[in-house]
Amino acid sequence: MSQAMAGAMDPPFPAERGIEVYNKKLGMWIFLASEVMFFAALIGSYVILRFGATGEWAKPGIVLSIQITAFNTFLLICSSVSMVKAYAAIQDGFPDKMKFWLLMTILGGACFVGIQVYEYIHLVEHGFVPSGFREGSHLAELVENGTLPAATMGLYGSTFYTMTGFHGFHVTCGVIAMLYLYLFKALPGKYTSQDFGGIEVVGLYWHFVDLVWIILFTIVYLV
Amino acid sequence: MTTVAATAHAAHAHHDDRSFIQKYIFSTDHKIIGIQFLFLSLFFLLVGGLLAMQIRWQLAYPGKPMPFGNLLPETMAPGGILLPEYYLQLVTMHGTFMVFFAIMLLLVGVYANFLIPLKIGAHDMAFPRINMASFWSAFASGAVMLASLFVPEGSSRAGWTMYAPLSARHDYSGAEFGQEMWSISIILFGLSSILGSLNYITTVINNRCAGMTWFRMPLSVWALFITAILGLLAVPVLAGAAIMLLFEQILGTHFFDPAAGGQPILWQHLFWFFGHPEVYILILPAMGMVSELVANGSRKPIFGYHSMVFAIAGIAFLGWIVWGHHMFVSGMNPTLGSSFMVSTLLIAVPSAIKVFNWMGTMWRGNLRFHVPMLHGVAFIAMFTIGGLSGIFMAATPVDMFIHDTYFIVAHLHYVLFGGSLFAIFGAIVFWYPKMFGRMMNEGWGKVHFWLTFIFYNGTFFPMHINGMAGHMRRLYDPTVYDFLKPYQPMNEFITICAFLLYGSQIIFFVNFWWSMFKGKKAPLNPWDDNGLEWSTPSPAPHGNWETLPTVYRGPYEFSVPGASEDYLPQNRKLPTDRDPVMSPAAGH
Repeated sequence: MSQAMAGAMDPPFPAERGIEVYNKKLGMWIFLASEVMFFAALIGSYVILRFGATGEWAKPGIVLSIQITAFNTFLLICSSVSMVKAYAAIQDGFPDKMKFWLLMTILGGACFVGIQVYEYIHLVEHGFVPSGFREGSHLAELVENGTLPAATMGLYGSTFYTMTGFHGFHVTCGVIAMLYLYLFKALPGKYTSQDFGGIEVVGLYWHFVDLVWIILFTIVYLV
Repeated sequence: MTTVAATAHAAHAHHDDRSFIQKYIFSTDHKIIGIQFLFLSLFFLLVGGLLAMQIRWQLAYPGKPMPFGNLLPETMAPGGILLPEYYLQLVTMHGTFMVFFAIMLLLVGVYANFLIPLKIGAHDMAFPRINMASFWSAFASGAVMLASLFVPEGSSRAGWTMYAPLSARHDYSGAEFGQEMWSISIILFGLSSILGSLNYITTVINNRCAGMTWFRMPLSVWALFITAILGLLAVPVLAGAAIMLLFEQILGTHFFDPAAGGQPILWQHLFWFFGHPEVYILILPAMGMVSELVANGSRKPIFGYHSMVFAIAGIAFLGWIVWGHHMFVSGMNPTLGSSFMVSTLLIAVPSAIKVFNWMGTMWRGNLRFHVPMLHGVAFIAMFTIGGLSGIFMAATPVDMFIHDTYFIVAHLHYVLFGGSLFAIFGAIVFWYPKMFGRMMNEGWGKVHFWLTFIFYNGTFFPMHINGMAGHMRRLYDPTVYDFLKPYQPMNEFITICAFLLYGSQIIFFVNFWWSMFKGKKAPLNPWDDNGLEWSTPSPAPHGNWETLPTVYRGPYEFSVPGASEDYLPQNRKLPTDRDPVMSPAAGH
């Protein structure tokens, strides 16, 4: 078909002047618009529930560990940087450098998910569950002695697990996508300085996921 | 299997060596996917209608055994008498099937897929494989929803709007796994819808053929494009809400549970924040397609093309700031209610622009009342009635009185059946030759149209009156209320009309299947239309065109003075036409 005549990262041909962006990149931007609405629904609900709640909200740092998650946040930001490095490397025509940085990004994302899973296991052991707190757990004691407000613990658990869980799911999808690109596109050497659309598109997604996490870390862990 | 495919399409320009499964099951061709969506959504239209017939029986003859009712299991209708809990499943599933799986898939799934590439001159969608994924996730979603009727304790029974906490707690509604299946199905549906939308938007922005500028696009493409933007941004909110609802049941979260600080109203806000753009998802593509049918049937350029485009965009924009009008009685601040009332009333302006433009198009036209035109005219009339009754509901004080009555039921059926479904019938007949290469029978098409039109009005118009009398929506047995007893004969009349309405659809379905094999072979341009889709054989080959067409004018050049015919296709070059300026990419 005639599309093949133009370069892989050019707009389709022959075409009326659309946007000077190739289809996959445009498609990813449009998909991200929809993702914004998805997270807006979850985060908006959290804001409404938290500020509409009758009682006090749990103070930061009691249930959730800020230190571990701050490290995790740092890791995710670093993986965003390495993603940029991979993108810049292939743009300048260094496929080996690109492979290295892409692998670093995959490792960063995988570690993030691993630490999040560890955090979840730890929290559940302490009695922090999506429905609030488990009877007879460490958390139940904190509620009993007044360190944590009993009235809003249910909402706290509901919103925490839903928002961070869906973010974690997005990171996992990103890691799988990058792993696919690494194994089936980057390693066989299919990317060149003329054709690296996959890296750019998955990079856009990755930066979006990173951005969402910075918002979530702030509103869920820090305030 | 390769040989089957090769012989079947040997005549076509493209050499086609895909296997049967690649071609008809896991197809990436936008036309096949459109046809797959057509079969799927027509199936759900029939199922949804069948549920409606049971609702009507119960309302007219409560407590009497339903004909064929003994075919239903004991848990639904012992001895053919519908149980209240089954009745609630019926109203829930009728709404869900019709809104999501019949009308939405018929408009967006079928016609966005089928028409966009053909009308803008593209070989296929921007992302054919994502398109295939969109169909199969819609299929899975529909299968889960349908199966939920047959699990123990039945399907969800909280109404298609799924208001929490009724929907959130099993012990409130009595539904068990069926309730979770509703959420799972809607999440899958959201995925399908988002994948579809991003495909349509990208295709329209970037894959138009040379000369197809924004303001030469047919109004159907404009409407489908703007609808795709609505779907892209509204459906993820529903998916998010459905996920919360699912977690409410399987993880014990408390989003909508007032006992633990949750807010039931939150569900209503999330649902209607999606739900009102959804209303326009269900009508805008119909408006776009009706513009094609009416211009073609009037043999005149569409009246006010630009104002039609801006009216679509205006409706779509206003659709985002009106959701609160579904919640006037939920206890919202009256000031807030007033602002929702004003924004809702504003929508009457772009809607009226469209209605008057259609009438201006028909005015002194050389009218051809072919079947698609009849449906188009019916759409305009019925949508006007539905739109006017909508103004009653937009006015808060009136809405207080008619909220959750049959007046609402009448209104939404006037816009969804009288509006969208008439447009869909017209579109099916109009583009049938493009899909299957044969014409649908004209005479039976007219019989189907008139019977549907008469019984449709007989069914839904009296509901306004019942609603004004206070007949509640989703009411199981109207005879228990003394004040409704005088209106029971009206209920019987509605039910008889509804049965005849459903029966009339048999004509359509027989015509549909019979014409597929025995219908008259379609000529190249059976409706003397200007659209690009008629410049390729019917059915169009894989890839649509060997070389993409070039467009020289807008899509509604009918009855041009001095032309040899009363239509002038978009791709016909006249001596005075200049070649379009190509984008820089064309220099490669």
